[in-house]
Amino acid sequence: MGVRVLVPSGALGLGWEEAALAAGLAAGPDLIAIDGGSTDSGPHYLGTGTSKYSRASTKAEWAALIDARARAGVPLIIGTAGTCGADAAVDWLVDITREIAAERGERLRLAVLKSGQAPAEIAEALAERRLEPLPGAPEVTPEAVAECTNIVALAGAEQVQAALATGADIVIAGRTTDTAIIAALPLARGCHAGAAWHGAKVGECGALATTRPNSGSILLDFDEEGFTLTALGPGAGATPRSVSAHMLYENADPFILHEPGGHLDVRRARYEALDAARVRVTGSRWVASPRYTVKLEGARRAGFQVVTLALVRDPRYVAAIREWTADIARRVVEKARARTGRADFSVELRLIGLDATLGALDRAARAGSEVGVLGIVTAGDETLAGEVAKTLNPYLLHHPLTEDEPMPTFAFPFSPAEIARGAAYEFCLHHVMALDDPMQAFRLTTLEVGP
Amino acid sequence: MSTLGEVASHIRSKNAGPFWLTIDVFLPDAASFEKVCAQLSTDEVARRLGAAPASVRRFEIADLAVIKFSLPRPAVQGSVADRDMHGASFALLIGDIELEAG
Repeated sequence: MGVRVLVPSGALGLGWEEAALAAGLAAGPDLIAIDGGSTDSGPHYLGTGTSKYSRASTKAEWAALIDARARAGVPLIIGTAGTCGADAAVDWLVDITREIAAERGERLRLAVLKSGQAPAEIAEALAERRLEPLPGAPEVTPEAVAECTNIVALAGAEQVQAALATGADIVIAGRTTDTAIIAALPLARGCHAGAAWHGAKVGECGALATTRPNSGSILLDFDEEGFTLTALGPGAGATPRSVSAHMLYENADPFILHEPGGHLDVRRARYEALDAARVRVTGSRWVASPRYTVKLEGARRAGFQVVTLALVRDPRYVAAIREWTADIARRVVEKARARTGRADFSVELRLIGLDATLGALDRAARAGSEVGVLGIVTAGDETLAGEVAKTLNPYLLHHPLTEDEPMPTFAFPFSPAEIARGAAYEFCLHHVMALDDPMQAFRLTTLEVGP
Repeated sequence: MSTLGEVASHIRSKNAGPFWLTIDVFLPDAASFEKVCAQLSTDEVARRLGAAPASVRRFEIADLAVIKFSLPRPAVQGSVADRDMHGASFALLIGDIELEAG
């Protein structure tokens, strides 16, 4: 009944060591599973439905995994395709897969699981109080939700199992929980549920839970009592500490992990070193919940941004940098309002070299020999953002600290001084939605690509 | 007097999703773990992070000699007001908290 899952890397785009992947393939896995994304690089990717990694890198790594899949003769699955798992990002990876299949003359059966939600429907669910905010959720109105450019629901094990059950060679899934793509198969085959989720959590970042994170690949063996993690990289080890410490990583709660349909509790987990490369874990518990809920993520446009950077090296101005920039910010807002007749914009001047990283929380901030003044204009539309940034420019170029001094000039690294960032997005949902049927919010299709 | 940063072997902050921040304080051994558990006040950690003390969750993990703090992010990740997309720098704010001697 044992299930062996090979995790090539923490994410498609991060790569792996050839020897580590080869060792994993030689061990005869039942499934190759890799994560395709995360919210960790910010709201832009979900907002636009695009990938953080380059298409060329993604294609090279994905083609190598398609090869690995053929050699092992087992399915390959990716979750949260294209960084954000939005429908457009799934289509992007399907296109890449189509190209690879055509170039190699290989026919491939794909199962495609989509997680995108219609913003109008989610807005309605919020208005009817059918969404439940999670701790730390922002105050959000149905109108704001309706404005989301993308909303995704995080699929759990059930939806991934449905995709695997199609018998496809490759499953390309939209947004899933990081763990679901690994836990689904051992759960379907009757392995210990606590172990399936715990092993999936420890393994979802690939070799991060080993002593050599850069080696990429690991192997997870699941059975009716627990799971075993094996480090695969040359010289890579796994220890009870490296494995158990992974529950700390990017988790608010180191003992409890919420998933669709229940939660994992690792408070009584026991970690045992089998040898230098293998750790055995038992005692993890899965607690099913009475309702089946999925988490939602949404991103909406927060405005349009234009940024600019000026460099201040004059010691007098560096010494007075806060007063100088506060004076400029006040003047530019006043002038831009008067000249454009609009007020739907903000101007922030961040002081690089002083407290740009931590702002007012930084009690140890002190200026060095120079300060970079990062001007950030956020406005209701792109034209206005550009207009305000261009109003800011003469101040950053020539604004004097006092009336009676020769006109100063400051350094700009670029012409034009303004850099348009386009739309700026923000995350706006941290809610769960109850489903009567796990597949209700998801769409599963199959297709064949290649000759 | 020594600071938390001097006693800890490593302090790390990360996002835990876009709305939460988590800070892991790794102590070198059981003795320093016990000492820091007793001396490090959650209120002071909250104050350094500009957070309400009641919003900060604290976990003491003896097996790993780790104290973990989780709190709603000071600014939602990637929002216009956010300065640190990955939440990587917040760890620095608690490193200079002073612990009692002994």
